Order: sequence, then structure tokens, then C-alpha cells
Amino acid sequence: MGQSSGRRWFLKSVTALGGAASLPAPASAAEPHAQHAARAPSQTYMYLTQPEVAFVEAAVARLIPADELGPGAKEAGVACFIDRQLVGAWGTMAKMYRQGPWPEGTPQQGYQSPLTPQQVYRIGIGEVNARCAKQYGSSFSALTPAQQDEVLRGLDGGKIELEGVRSQFFFNMLLANTLEGFFADPIYGGNRDKVGWKLVGFPGVAAVYTAHVDRHGVPYNAVPVSIQDIVDNVAQVDEHGHPKHILLTRKD
Amino acid sequence: MATKLKPVDAAIVGMGLTGTIIAKELAEAGLKVVGLERGHWRDTDPDFAMPYVHDELRYVGRHELMQDLSRETISFRNNAAETALPMRQLGSFRPGEGVGGAAVHWGGLTWRFLPWDFETRSRTLARYGKGQLAQDCTSQDWGVTYNELERHFDRFEYLYGISGKAGNLRGRIVPGGNPFEGPRSREYPNPPLKTSYAGALFKQAAEKMGYQPFPTPTGAVSRAYTNEYGATINACVYCGYCMFFGCEMGAKASPQTAVLPNLMRQKNFELRTHANVTRVNLDAAGKRAIGVTYVDSRGREFEQPAEMVLLCSYVLNNVRLMLLSGIGKPYDPAANTGVVGRNYAYQTPSSVTLFFEDRVFNQFMAAGGMGMTIDEFNGDNFDHFGLGFIGGGFFQAATSGSRPIEVRPVPRGTPRWGSEWKRAVATYFNRSFPITIQGACQSYRGNYLDLDPTYRDAYGLPLLRMTFDRRENEHKMSLWLTDKAAQIAKAIGPSKMNVAPRTEKYTIVPYQSTHNTGGAIMGADPATSAVNKYLQSWAVPNVFVVGASAFPQNGGYNPTGTVGALTYWALDAIRSRYLKRPGPLAG
Repeated sequence: MGQSSGRRWFLKSVTALGGAASLPAPASAAEPHAQHAARAPSQTYMYLTQPEVAFVEAAVARLIPADELGPGAKEAGVACFIDRQLVGAWGTMAKMYRQGPWPEGTPQQGYQSPLTPQQVYRIGIGEVNARCAKQYGSSFSALTPAQQDEVLRGLDGGKIELEGVRSQFFFNMLLANTLEGFFADPIYGGNRDKVGWKLVGFPGVAAVYTAHVDRHGVPYNAVPVSIQDIVDNVAQVDEHGHPKHILLTRKD
Repeated sequence: MATKLKPVDAAIVGMGLTGTIIAKELAEAGLKVVGLERGHWRDTDPDFAMPYVHDELRYVGRHELMQDLSRETISFRNNAAETALPMRQLGSFRPGEGVGGAAVHWGGLTWRFLPWDFETRSRTLARYGKGQLAQDCTSQDWGVTYNELERHFDRFEYLYGISGKAGNLRGRIVPGGNPFEGPRSREYPNPPLKTSYAGALFKQAAEKMGYQPFPTPTGAVSRAYTNEYGATINACVYCGYCMFFGCEMGAKASPQTAVLPNLMRQKNFELRTHANVTRVNLDAAGKRAIGVTYVDSRGREFEQPAEMVLLCSYVLNNVRLMLLSGIGKPYDPAANTGVVGRNYAYQTPSSVTLFFEDRVFNQFMAAGGMGMTIDEFNGDNFDHFGLGFIGGGFFQAATSGSRPIEVRPVPRGTPRWGSEWKRAVATYFNRSFPITIQGACQSYRGNYLDLDPTYRDAYGLPLLRMTFDRRENEHKMSLWLTDKAAQIAKAIGPSKMNVAPRTEKYTIVPYQSTHNTGGAIMGADPATSAVNKYLQSWAVPNVFVVGASAFPQNGGYNPTGTVGALTYWALDAIRSRYLKRPGPLAG
């Protein structure tokens, strides 16, 4: 496993540079950045409507569920991440080629939809919710987890056909954005408390690894550092701006 | 109406790896040089500064340093029977944009193509006979040999401070290096990078099987190094944000770290950013370039007269500018005549991913080009009798930077989402590594570049149209090579392996490599090449076309080292001969 949050870790008190160093010495060593990480998550949205937020939160909670390994995509703030992506350059295809004509093409020719990601979400969510209302009598977010999985599996594989957008296309976009939101730097609104990085054992913003890179097979259990941590001076940095990682050791 | 500017001696289109070197050398030779770059100015500070440069979503997911497709893209189809459609978002390859070009976000691997690569056709025919080549294969000799290029490879490696270990010093095989490489005149300028755990395991297994592993040569520089232009490249700190990123340490060789500090001090040189060249202007007879036309960030059109024009943009744009400007005869695949757009080729990458239950690899501690390689199965380093293909590729246990948006391998058969996926990604993110195979790609009659009849760029000009698929030669090669790599992987002892040869129809969607080649190929015969052996246009001799666009087919290596060598090779001919007496250098 990665360093799942259920385990107990204690501070080894060394940095990636190897020095015993002047570190902030937290009283509870289990989570040295806990104070910073506990900020209230943003609940405001710029593109998605409230029913759309409910859909996205419910869907991403099935794609990456909260379980014994730790929080899932919903807890990570992936809905907030997706909203911010949709409202920005990516959601409006600002850096993509948008001239027609728009035949669908072969799978090898890639993205050929005239829809922007904003429109894909609006149409896709609307149609899936309408379908759920017809089949189950309620919108997607009110279904049981088993029913939600059934719907998602129907979209992934194309068994459920949608009218305004290909179901597989919509699902692939939702899944890709969910993974991005779970693993991107928390500055984008997802990966709250760096739960995605903690799950897999990724340290985030890199330290100087010169002294560690050839320590073969030795685990590197660093408290992950985000861009925000550095800007807020929660993480200390060296002269080049690389964070001094705080390494944890498993307490057995 | 275009504003006509004061004439210059040389107009260079594109300020990437080749354009910056050429600008520096020509300015130093006393020419008045203008460098035209369609993107922004970029430098280590502040553009690649910490902590913002360690942002995987921005640089990998959203292509911060790469071409803006809203202005210009290509169209693509697998074969001429299909209708090409525009590449609407980046996928298979990621051309750069801005000062430094793709050499800002490159991965650093710096190879010399094998002597065999430069004589692919004649050596294949000599050893195997005609039957070894597919009927429609148009792979050919380059018109230049490894021996002619050697000192130019050397100069480029010393400019970019490449870290590596020589395997063949003037014909003497040196332990620890690549015994298959062509003879080199001296050792690399810098020692290899450190060896990762993945590299160490690969080395051990490969040696046991009788192979001769060596550290991958790379422009992620192992120690502080000052080059002939007085530029200092710093020591790599193995941060793992390398390929697709700019380097905050100034430790990755690039125009920014190796050339620009000197170039920007040259009094004869002027850089113009946001200058998008739309055509090379020719005289009434179409035999001589009289300058270029470009559009600036405000939409104003300028005409820059010049005595010579050097196309130094990415492969695809070099070819497109030739086609838009009428430099050379466009290739016609039906008649197999014409030269511009001919022999477009690519790469045939494949991989084996190894999964372990009890070993951690810390693959996020990494550098571009950090790896352990074997070259036994590249080029013609092995007997191809009875195999039904030519070419090969190097195998590398790669430690190039694992970040979880892009790199989170799970064993084949794992669901794509849900708790089972989550458990797998948590287990294997740090317990896996890949062996990658950089397979070669031959050229074929049906693979080519021309202008799209339908789709246009932001200036109303036709997009470049790519018609491409890999062939049986590439598929057979990939199966055979990947199986060989899987045997090494097995000897390392993983609990599971994903073996992924490249046999499917080429698709423009998933990232494969930014190693597009050809379309303005070099050669000895003007009937089958767009530029001569000095990268000079046969049709318009005061135009030079520099870059991997000159490769007649692609070898089983990353192209940058050979692009660098060709740059100095062409410059040598320009400085020593062309400037004294402008005119055709060959034929």
C-alpha cells in the first residue's frame, strides 16, 4: 500500500537534504501540516449548477470511492476542481482547434466533437439525470451506490446511449477529469489535504533528491508538499526554492 | 498591406534548438541575423521558477509549453482513402512553442544514430537482398555518413554538456559504454547520471543474459558545466519534473541554458518574438528567396527581406512553409514523384511494465533521460535474416519522472475505476517501473505530408495534412523487440508484467513521442530528396531547412543528438563555403 491515512506515522526529523535541520516541530507528529490542511474547502461554483454539482459529486464518489484506504474523489474536492477547469481555458477549448466541418471521424483521429467540455458536461449530466428519473424515479445523485455503478458502467462501454453526446465520450472526460482532480496540485481545488498524493506516496513538489536517488529500495515517506504550502511558508525551502521534505517513519 | 523592413543577411524561422545555434554562428561570422519566433520569450528565471514549475496539471495535462492549436494544427488520416480531420487537441506528439522550442520541454536523451542508420537502404540490400524491404518502403541513404558527422556530433554534445559514457573511443571498445556506437573522438563532456534502483536491477539482469548495459546519454547534466559559448549548465538535482517541463535549476541543456546567454549578446543578432512566419517569398522565377512574410501579435503583416532564409522550426512547420511557399515540388504518392512531404516517418515505441509486491522504486526521483540501456537490438546490430523486418530500437529501464496524473500503471485486467482500481494504484504507483523500447520507423510511399484541402489556420492558410500508419515491418519489429525486453523483465522477477508491443493502427490520441521526422529529407539525388546533404534546398539554394525534417526515415533512437550534429554539419558548409560563394553546395 501507499501511506494510507489510517496508518500511524511519526516524524523522523530529517530532511531530504539529509541534515537534522530546523524543522517546525509539531506537537502531534502524525500530520505536520494538519493545521494548514484543515482549511474549510471551497463550496462556491462558477459554472456548474447545483443539480450538476450533485451529479458530479455522486459520480466521482463512485469512480474513486472513500474506503478503508482513505478519502475518495468527492472528499478530495474533485467537483470543485472540475468546475474551475470548465470555467477556464480548458473548458472552453481556448487552446484547441475549433474550426469545422465536424464529421465524427475514426477513433484514430481523436477528439472531433463540436462541443466544448462545458457543453459536454451540461448535456451529458442533463441526459443522464433524465434517464435516471425515467428508469429509477430519481436523479443520479439520489440513487443507491449499486444503481449509480450500474449507470456508470452503462456509460463506460456505451451500453447506455445518449442523444446529444456519445456516452463513452462523456464518461471518458469525466473519468479523466476525476483522476486529474484527485492528483493535481491542490491549488486547482481538488486533491484536498493532498489525499491523492498520500494514497500513492507521491511527495508533490520535489525536493533536491541527489542524496536519495541512488538509495536503492529505501522508502521515501515524505509529507507531501503543495505549491500552496510553499507560498504560505508552511513548508521550508532551500536556496533554489525546493522544499525540505519531512520524512515519516512507520511506528510498529 | 505588408510593411517592408530593412534587409538582413539571414532570416531564421524558429528559435529552438537548431535556430539558436545557427543564429549564434552566423552572427559571429559577421552576418546581420534576425530570429523570428512565433511564441513568447522564456527563460529559466522567471518562467520555470519554483514552486510553480512543479505543476503537473499545467505542464503535462494542459500543455503549457506547447503549440497553441487554436491558431494552427495539422490534419490527420491513416491512409489516402480517408478524409483527414484536424488534430483538435494535442495527443500523440507535443510540438513546442516559444523561444527554445521543444528543446525546453524535451526529455534530454541525446543519441548518435548508428553508422548503419545513415546507409539504411544500401546496407540492407548488401546484407539481406531486396526481399528484406517492403515493396512500398522508401527508406534510403542520407547522403551523409556517420564519419562525416562525427566531429559535429562531438561539438553538439560538448555544447549541450551531455552526460554519458563512451563505448567506442576511436575504434577501441570501452567497458561500461555502448559497444555498438560509431567510433567517437573523445569521451562525453560529463559523467553519467546516478543509477536508479530500476536501472540497477535492469543492469544486473541484462549482464547476466550476456548483454552490455550502459547509462543512457542525456542532457540532464550530471555536474555544473561551462560550454564553448561560455554558458554554464548547472547540476541536475533529480527532481523528476523534467520532460514536458522547463528546468528550475538550469540543469537541463536547452537553448536557454546553453546558447541564448551568448546569442543575446551578439550585436548582429535581433530576436523578434510573436513573429509568425506565413511564407518564404521567392523571386519571379521561383529560384531564389528574397525574404519572409510574418504576422505579429497585433495582426500586422511584415515583409523581412533577407539574403538567405533558414527554416529552423519544428519538422511539421518546416515542411508546411516549403509547401506554402512553393519551395520544391510537392510529393505525389500516386506517381511517387516530387520531394516535399515525402518520407514522413515517426517512431515505434513499446514497453514492458514490471510490477512488484515488496520493492519500492521512488521513480519520482528522476531526470529526463535517466536510465540504463542496451543497444543489442538496434539498427543492424543483430541478424535480421528470417525476421521479416529491418531496424530495431534501444531498450531502457527508464527513470524519467513518475507523477500520478500521467504515470500510474496498474496491472492489465485492473478495472479503470472504483475501489479495486484504487487499491491497485495505491499498491503499484511506487512499486513499478517500465522498460521502454524506442523502435525505429521506416518510410513508405503512402506516408507523407501535404496541404489539407479543407481545414485552415487562423490566418486562412491550409493546414498541413499528415497521412500515416505504421506497416508490417514496424509491427513485426515491435513484437519481436518487446518480447526480447520481456525476457529481461522476467529475469528481474516482477510479480506481474504488462507487455505492450505496438501493433495497432496508428492513432493520434495517446501520447507516443514528439519524434516526427521527414518531409524535407536530405539526400544525394534531387529526384528523391528536398534538400542536399548540406540541408540546402535543391530548388531554392538560398534556403536551408534544418531539423529532423531532413531524416529520410527514423532510427531506433531519440532524434535530438542527430539533429544537433546535422545543424553543425550544415553550418560548417555554410560558413566555410556558402558565405564565400553563395550557390548550390552539391549536385
